[in-house]
Amino acid sequence: MSLLSDPRWGEALSHLPDYLGSHVRVSLAALAIGLAVSLPLAILTRNRPVPRALLLALASIVQTVPGLALLALFYPLLLLAASVALAWFGVSFSAFGFLPAMLALALYSMLPVLRNGITGLNGIDPALIEAAKGVGMTPRQSLVMVELPLALPVMMAGIRTAAVWVIGTATLSTPIGQTSLGNYIFAGLQTQNWVFVLFGCAASALLALAVDQLLGLIESGLRRRSRLRSGFGAIGILALVAATLVPTMARSSSGYVVGAKTFAEQYVLSALMRDRLQAAGLSATARSGLGSSVIFEALKAGDIDLYVDYSGTLWANQLHRTDIKPRAELVAELKTALARDNITLLGELGFENAYALVIPKKRAEALGIRSIADLAAHASTLSIAGDYEFFSRPEWAALQKAYGLQFRAQRQMQPDFMYAAVASGEVDVIAGYTSDGLIAKYDLTALDDPKHAIPPYDAILLLAPKRAGDERLKTALQPLLGKIDIATMREANLRASGNDANSSPDAVAKWLWGKVGQR
Amino acid sequence: MPSKRAISYAHVTRSFGSLKAVDDVSLDVAEGEFLAVVGGSGSGKTTLLRLANRLIEVDAGTITVEGENVQNVDPVALRRRIGYVFQSGGLFPHLSVADNIGITPRLLGEPAPAIAARVDELLELVQLERAAHRDRLPEALSGGQRQRVGVARALAAKPRIVLMDEPFGALDPLTRDALGDDYRTLHRKLGLTTVMITHDMTEAILLADRIAVMRGGRLLALGTPAELSNSSEAYVLELLRTPRRQVERLNALLPASGAA
Repeated sequence: MSLLSDPRWGEALSHLPDYLGSHVRVSLAALAIGLAVSLPLAILTRNRPVPRALLLALASIVQTVPGLALLALFYPLLLLAASVALAWFGVSFSAFGFLPAMLALALYSMLPVLRNGITGLNGIDPALIEAAKGVGMTPRQSLVMVELPLALPVMMAGIRTAAVWVIGTATLSTPIGQTSLGNYIFAGLQTQNWVFVLFGCAASALLALAVDQLLGLIESGLRRRSRLRSGFGAIGILALVAATLVPTMARSSSGYVVGAKTFAEQYVLSALMRDRLQAAGLSATARSGLGSSVIFEALKAGDIDLYVDYSGTLWANQLHRTDIKPRAELVAELKTALARDNITLLGELGFENAYALVIPKKRAEALGIRSIADLAAHASTLSIAGDYEFFSRPEWAALQKAYGLQFRAQRQMQPDFMYAAVASGEVDVIAGYTSDGLIAKYDLTALDDPKHAIPPYDAILLLAPKRAGDERLKTALQPLLGKIDIATMREANLRASGNDANSSPDAVAKWLWGKVGQR
Repeated sequence: MPSKRAISYAHVTRSFGSLKAVDDVSLDVAEGEFLAVVGGSGSGKTTLLRLANRLIEVDAGTITVEGENVQNVDPVALRRRIGYVFQSGGLFPHLSVADNIGITPRLLGEPAPAIAARVDELLELVQLERAAHRDRLPEALSGGQRQRVGVARALAAKPRIVLMDEPFGALDPLTRDALGDDYRTLHRKLGLTTVMITHDMTEAILLADRIAVMRGGRLLALGTPAELSNSSEAYVLELLRTPRRQVERLNALLPASGAA
């Protein structure tokens, strides 16, 4: 009862035309390209064992690459292709969103189409091919009039498999900027919004089922040679495409695109910025769930207009710097460096989301620990936990070197569970994130870093090159700069980690504006 | 018998790997003749047939069809003007009886109404009831009906030559007898030249004007049944022994058969 009356179902439903439409379009476009490439290849190689085996092996290898990795790989590949195209032919295209998603999914769809195509064509009774020749058919006539019609049921089965795979895998195209039903799933997982996760999974499963059934109808129509059945199936598919095109066509596509990475804080901040732009009379949409490596390039290329990044991240990943500077100095230097790419660093929001060593407040008081320097004396009797990458990051090496840290044991943990683990005493210290809401929830404290071993991770607002001179945009965002302190952001993140209607990014963004707008 | 040659093989050889399927065969088929090619499996009889419409190409030697060297004729055009009846029909399972029969005229680009009329004419010719069979799929037909459709399809483009690859081999004896007789009648009525492959000497004797006996890729003997019975080849005589024995036994078992 309470689950069904949850207002988040309504919110999820309001995104459906956009998410479903994009999902159907990218899936069907990928499938169409996959078919356009695979079917001729199947026909060409059906009687040539060596190329046939090579092709099938290649398609199988593609299939073993995890969907997410394949999609992510296409982004830098297309980025390279785009810069080559611009330099050589003066043609520019976006390497973001639709194109890489479509190409990766098309590649993904090839194996079942190829395999069933070749199997279907090879499975035809050789006596019939001989008969086709005998009645006076040319090889092409034999293919079109005899071989393809007879292989069609097997080929269609392959196409159905490909369709289901592509529709399922398309949910993973969200991180490379393609809106899809995966937006529900990625957002839901990050903000613990299970309504969204459930909605996204159910929607993509239903879509896959519907397309599979329609293709099945076409298949059985072809098998029974019933034009009626095939016709109904084809009309169904066309109706699906048309239905998903209409609402999106009607929607204006112009306006500002606010980017967000794949964690709760980013969802909240992008919703907050979107609301600010809309309040200033600018049309704006949020593009959430973008991969960390994709989002900066997307801003540089103008595929998104603004987003929030963290100074230390860009310092290391974009400037490839390993030295550490004080907060203000680092931001200033970053601003100059980004300006060379015409990217505007509009300013800091006021809080940092850095790695920090975190222990329960009571324990810290009992041991008299205030900073990492104090902790170092006790470290040999304590255990530490971090996320999957922390212990291989330069921050950890820097911390160990600066303070001579030597813990009794170290463990890796899922970030969501670390805070509970340290609160319950299962581990003594965790490497947490300074803006995480769970620090407040579990009454933990982040230790000072007097030697500045961990680089600053100031939340900074970045604008795309094409928005460099956009004063209306800057004015609309001005009220956010320097206004979000660490305590406020922690509370916002804590709210976003809840599992009820008030914890949706939109709701938390409104709460956050309620706090920040007064200042 | 008219002396003009419909098909002529001159020193024809064809090998598959090390196996000589057809080995230096020379053979003339006269216009209007019904020739049966008899031999066991692996004797090269099917290869010999397929060489005539270039379903298989020769390694050496020359084949002429109606005066033309087949090597100088486009193979697709050649096949369209020679009727071919396949073993157990070779009908396209996804096409109706009418579409199967009309396939070669359709390939030749004849107009649809003309093809439809021709299909009706052929159904009558092979004694299949038009309404009951025209729009059926081959899977709905009996073996004998399927082979009648196969014959109709071979005749659709009005060929003067028909090649038949063990056309009645898979049928029950009664159907086989009826179909053989019906085809023989068509052969005479339409003035066809027919080359029929069979492994059954009785069938060959009953239907054909002359019989060619193949063994190990070589043409062992060629002649009318009467001429073959004078052959010095042991294999030929052995082939003739079976029908003879059948006749003797049938005569002994059915003494009054002719009385009715």
